[in-house]
Amino acid sequence: MGGSSPCASCKLLRRRCTKECIFAPYFPSDDPRKFAIVHKVFGASNVSKMLQELPIHQRGDAVSSLVYEANARVRDPVYGCVGAISYLQNQVTQLQMQLAVAQAEILSIQMQPEPSNNNTTLLPSQLLLDQDDNEKFLLLSTSSAENNNNYEFLPQYLSSFASSSSSSSNVFQDSEPLKRESFC
Amino acid sequence: MNSGRCAACKSQRRKCPSDCIFSPYFPANDPQRFACVHKIYGSSNVGKMLQEIPPNLREEAANTLYLEAKWRIEDPIYGCVGIISSLYKQIQNAEIELAKIQTQIAFYKLQTQQQVIEAEPNMEVLQSQSSNMEQFEVDNLFEWENPTIASWFN
Repeated sequence: MGGSSPCASCKLLRRRCTKECIFAPYFPSDDPRKFAIVHKVFGASNVSKMLQELPIHQRGDAVSSLVYEANARVRDPVYGCVGAISYLQNQVTQLQMQLAVAQAEILSIQMQPEPSNNNTTLLPSQLLLDQDDNEKFLLLSTSSAENNNNYEFLPQYLSSFASSSSSSSNVFQDSEPLKRESFC
Repeated sequence: MNSGRCAACKSQRRKCPSDCIFSPYFPANDPQRFACVHKIYGSSNVGKMLQEIPPNLREEAANTLYLEAKWRIEDPIYGCVGIISSLYKQIQNAEIELAKIQTQIAFYKLQTQQQVIEAEPNMEVLQSQSSNMEQFEVDNLFEWENPTIASWFN
């Protein structure tokens, strides 16, 4: 135990790494860049305060998200993660528009008179569609509306950034953040 | 000249110089804005970050720093990363829904075409003229016993 190497944060801060070091579990000595980037953006004392205010079992996730935010800020000093959020929100809006168009199309198909062919045999799945398609359509519309309501607050904050989102998509090269980082 | 100080200099209890880097973006009438960024980033980090950005982009940078700080205060574990994650899930769900509906549309269109073909007097001629691939696709779409496809419409 006495011979264990200091964690990345104590190495960078040039101090003794004690057993109670709050950073040691999350900033191992073999990944100095991870702490360096968090320290650059947030500052070691701020990170320490934030971690101290959290229960131990949530600190791993908090560190991962701080590292993600710090990386985003270093890559895009002007927009940071907000650029990525703006970009994703635009994608959501476009997809919802495509969904609305597709739903309108399927509704119009369902409302078309069927060709007069009494020999047509309906498949079981077709029977299910005919019975429940209106209900499904309503469900789809509802789910889209619910998804819209989840982030109503975002447009008001991001309205000034919408025009800049094209320049900020470079932040968003990585895959989903909570899968990319390994949470303790 | 106390009344001329920006929120940052008021918070730090210092004189606010004429070239204060904070004063254009952290006015005295919005102390909460600076308090948020100070709590999360610290005023010296914010000052350094703003210094490294061209002046015409500093307002945007100050705004995004404030937003991220605010989201971090609201969600101390995930901050704005929680929002990004949720947006990803929304996109995933919307893409799945869209694929389902587009498959439904394709199914309807193919079924309509099949009905038209069957109603035609020369249907045997038309059917023999269709490509093997089209016939294969029609057969598979009518494979309602396929559990994956059947589950989409249940």
